[in-house]
Amino acid sequence: MKILVCISHVPDTTSKINFTEGDTKFDTNGVQFVINPNDEFGLTRAMWFKEKQGANVTVVNVGGPETEPTLRKALAIGADAAIRVNTEAKDGVQVAKELANVVSQGGYDLVIAGRESIDYNGGMVPGMLATLANANFVTNCINLEVDGTNATATREIDGGKETVSTSLPLVIGGQKGLVEESDLRIPNMRGIMMARKKPLTILDPINASVETSSVQFEKPAPKGAVTLVDPDNIDELVNLLHNEAKVI
Amino acid sequence: MSVLVYTESEQGKFKKTAFEVASYAKAVAQQLGTNVTAITINAADASELGNYGVDKVLQVNNAELEKFNANAYASVIEQAAKHENATVVVVSSSADSKYLAPMLAIKLDAGYASNVVEAPSNTAPFTVKRTAFTNKAFNMTSITTDVKIVGVSKNAFGLVESSGSASSEDFSPSVDTSGVTVQSVDKATDKVTIADAEIVVSGGRGLKGPENWRMVEELAEVLGAATACSKPVSDLGWRPHSEHVGQTGKPVASNLYIAIGISGAIQHLAGINASKVKVVINTDPEAPFFKAADYGVVGDAFEVVPTLIEKLKAFKAQNA
Repeated sequence: MKILVCISHVPDTTSKINFTEGDTKFDTNGVQFVINPNDEFGLTRAMWFKEKQGANVTVVNVGGPETEPTLRKALAIGADAAIRVNTEAKDGVQVAKELANVVSQGGYDLVIAGRESIDYNGGMVPGMLATLANANFVTNCINLEVDGTNATATREIDGGKETVSTSLPLVIGGQKGLVEESDLRIPNMRGIMMARKKPLTILDPINASVETSSVQFEKPAPKGAVTLVDPDNIDELVNLLHNEAKVI
Repeated sequence: MSVLVYTESEQGKFKKTAFEVASYAKAVAQQLGTNVTAITINAADASELGNYGVDKVLQVNNAELEKFNANAYASVIEQAAKHENATVVVVSSSADSKYLAPMLAIKLDAGYASNVVEAPSNTAPFTVKRTAFTNKAFNMTSITTDVKIVGVSKNAFGLVESSGSASSEDFSPSVDTSGVTVQSVDKATDKVTIADAEIVVSGGRGLKGPENWRMVEELAEVLGAATACSKPVSDLGWRPHSEHVGQTGKPVASNLYIAIGISGAIQHLAGINASKVKVVINTDPEAPFFKAADYGVVGDAFEVVPTLIEKLKAFKAQNA
């Protein structure tokens, strides 16, 4: 089985979010970039398929050279090879089209992406990619088993979960549950050394067009201070929630 | 030309988000000077949609669509959009709509903006405000394609009643449910879901153990709320993963979020800060949650929560 894991290069959750150039660009100054958490769960599940079922795992990112350390980290975790599509990621559909080209050239059976990235939170790329690649698609995926060309997947739904049967070729929008937090791997020295020798292929983009464009960013208005209620006066809390906040 | 809205139903009845997306579609239609058509799948009575600005309903009744199938549903909406010459398609942020919308976008060659919180600020170019960086910022996005898809954030636009009435017609699209087949659904039907709840009551490690969750559940019962938990609590196995809210768990956009014994790690706040009013109960006045909350009680949850339950019961009895 050939698995492609899509890796989004995102600012760490604890990063300060600021904008430059008249609030049109994200300010990367001092920002630590990481593998998108939803993608890391998928990558770790891919490692399970590699170790238990002999799958071959390639990771891919659409982005400039600055994203390579993130791909190298994925190689250090255990992926066999990496591909960087050498173009700036501009919107969901452009990224999905670039990835669809990688999928069709590489003949991957299973594509694992995260359900959404933690920067733009669009949740667009996996579903778009599946439709472009004419593959089956399951998102919010919390469990995945593959047997030959058949697959069983569980997805989170509002208020519960649903188990589906499907088949390869398949695209997954993964999240926590594919593996647990405690299963995530921190690259060791040997992994880091080996990652340096693994192939990282730079692919020319097909120059897919965008359908949306970012005009400007805004930050929410600063929040007012918390209103503290004395623990001996819970009546006051009920009163505030009813008369001031009007939520009960 | 029209605005098409996908109004979701469950067991024949519309979800509240259906009325919210209909209200949104009406606002867009007014800006564009056109009408709103709704597409429903196996909804029993579509007339309610008229109260939220829908002019016409395309009703699909098809036993093959009884179970959700993202590709088949996306194809039904695609056919409805083409039938109506829709230039804007509006969908919700439910798990199902977020699943089908990207597929629909490719089928319609439509640009798609998700997590939209306001009516378009401009229609040429068509520009919407969406959340980004897990609610730490907003992004004004313009959609440049002829057909546009807008995914509306839950509880962001609200319900807008209008005095019209909706005409109804049967719509019989072609249906192909191959590819992905639902084997089983595991869903508590007697409980409010985190996605649909107006109020969410959430517990953290400060509650010390799963045996202490009874008071969280009781507080939720009094308020008609859904129960949730922080990530450490689900990682420790005290509560099921389906209750984990936060960046890698479920997002919460309720009217009221009550956090009990949750310190407010940034990953937790990222997942819940779309909630309108936040209350924190914690013994530690330095807990970061106090900076994010609207109301706070510095105190022992084991004393504060039972008192709160009692006071709320009295309040409910009085205001029943």
